[in-house]
Order: sequence, then structure tokens, then C-alpha cells
Amino acid sequence: MIDLNGPGHYLTLGWFQISYANAIVITGMIALFVLALVIPFPGGDHGAPEEER
Amino acid sequence: MSQAPATDIASDDSWTARLRRRTLDAMPSEQLLPDRQPAYVASWIYVFGVASLAALAVITVTGLVLTLGGLTWWHRSSVGHFMNSLHLWSVQLFFVFMVVHLWGKFFMAAWRGRRALTWMTGVVAFLVSIGAAFTGYLVQTSFDAQWIASEAKDGINAIGVGARWNVLDVGQMLLWHVALLPLGVSLIVLAHVLLVRVRGVVPPIGFESGEERRS
Repeated sequence: MIDLNGPGHYLTLGWFQISYANAIVITGMIALFVLALVIPFPGGDHGAPEEER
Repeated sequence: MSQAPATDIASDDSWTARLRRRTLDAMPSEQLLPDRQPAYVASWIYVFGVASLAALAVITVTGLVLTLGGLTWWHRSSVGHFMNSLHLWSVQLFFVFMVVHLWGKFFMAAWRGRRALTWMTGVVAFLVSIGAAFTGYLVQTSFDAQWIASEAKDGINAIGVGARWNVLDVGQMLLWHVALLPLGVSLIVLAHVLLVRVRGVVPPIGFESGEERRS
């Protein structure tokens, strides 16, 4: 398990600095967004966007 | 002695009749609780709005349970600690889902088709939620809360509202956290959902109906 009872760890790239915790959350959100766009929805018919289901 | 016959008092001009007509005109039942959705809604990107609502429901229920035990319950009880953790993590998920929902709607230009008010109520719900989460961090009754409050007071004072909205006052922050801000979030989210029902889910760009294209 990760010990959270200590000072944070930071990623520093020149002028840019971000905590690993924030970087992991933001990366996860971007991954979730991309996956939501590309993974097909179960039961969805993507061939007929104007029809109702 | 003759008695006047009892008659119903009815007026189409009463405020209740007018309100009923306007409500039913704006939100017919099949629009308020629909059983069919356009085919384009069959995409994971359309799931994050309702995922945010589900997280908000867990936040509300766990928050209500936490009020039973009190402010420091979670420090001295494993049940209180568990409930506090559920409350915290459902807030994290609420923000994750809400931000992904925001990204999806931004790239769909979801304010199209007379949906500007839907977009703006979403923006306001997001901002008020940040206030609700912030006051939550202030009432943890821990060193973390003290540190956040002492850092935040300078920012709040810098914008000139520190005298009225004192982040070091745990009592004031607690009441904002459990009463005013949840009420605000709930009312704005309710308005947002009703507007989505009235205007319908925004179609992908290029699939608008003729009427929507003209508006």
C-alpha cells in the first residue's frame, strides 16, 4: 500500500511542477475520456444516428 | 330560510392554474420521464452526467448519515471512519465524472439549439460544488483542515469577503457545508436536469434537426 502520511512527491520538468497524485488523477481522467469516445456502447447501433432506439 | 346552493369556485386565472398550465406546457410527462432516447445517446460519453448524479446521491446519503454521528464521529468510530471515507471518495468520483462530462459537452458545443441555460446551470453547479467540497475540507476537524483554513484565509481576505465569510470559523463553515451549499447544488442540479429534459440531449455536431439548425 502507498503511505500517504508524508510529504507529497513532485514531478518537476523545468518551470512545470505537479504532484504525482494530481498527475495520476488527471492522466486517469483523460484516459477515461478517450476510452468513453472509442469503446463501443453495448447495444448501440452506430450506423443510424438519426433513428430512435 | 333558503340556503344558497354550494358551487365550486374555479378560475382559469388563478396562479395555481396558470402555473399548472405553464409547467405541463414546458414539461409534458413523456418528455420529463422519457422511455426512448435518440440513437446517438448510445455512447459512453453520454454516461457521465448520470454518473455524476449517482455520485451526488451517494454524497447526500453518506453526508446525512455523518450528521447523525456528529463532526468528530469519524475520529473515534470505525463505522464513522468508513462513512467519512465513502463521503470523501464519492466526492472525488463526483468531480471526476463532472469534469469528463464537462469535456464531452464542451467538445460537442452542448450550448447549441437553445441550450445556453442548460450549459450555464452546469457551470454554476460546478462552481458551487467546488465551494461545497472546499468547506468539507475545512470541517474535517484535523490538522489538514487547520492548514487549509489558515492558507485559504489570505486568499479569501484578498478578495474582500473574509469579514463575512470566515474560513477559520468552523461553525460557519460547517453550516455552509451541510445546509446552504448542498441546498444550492441540489437546486441547480435539479434545474439542470429539468432543462436537459425540456431541451433534449444535445445531438452530435452535424446531426441537428432542421429546427435546431435555425435556432
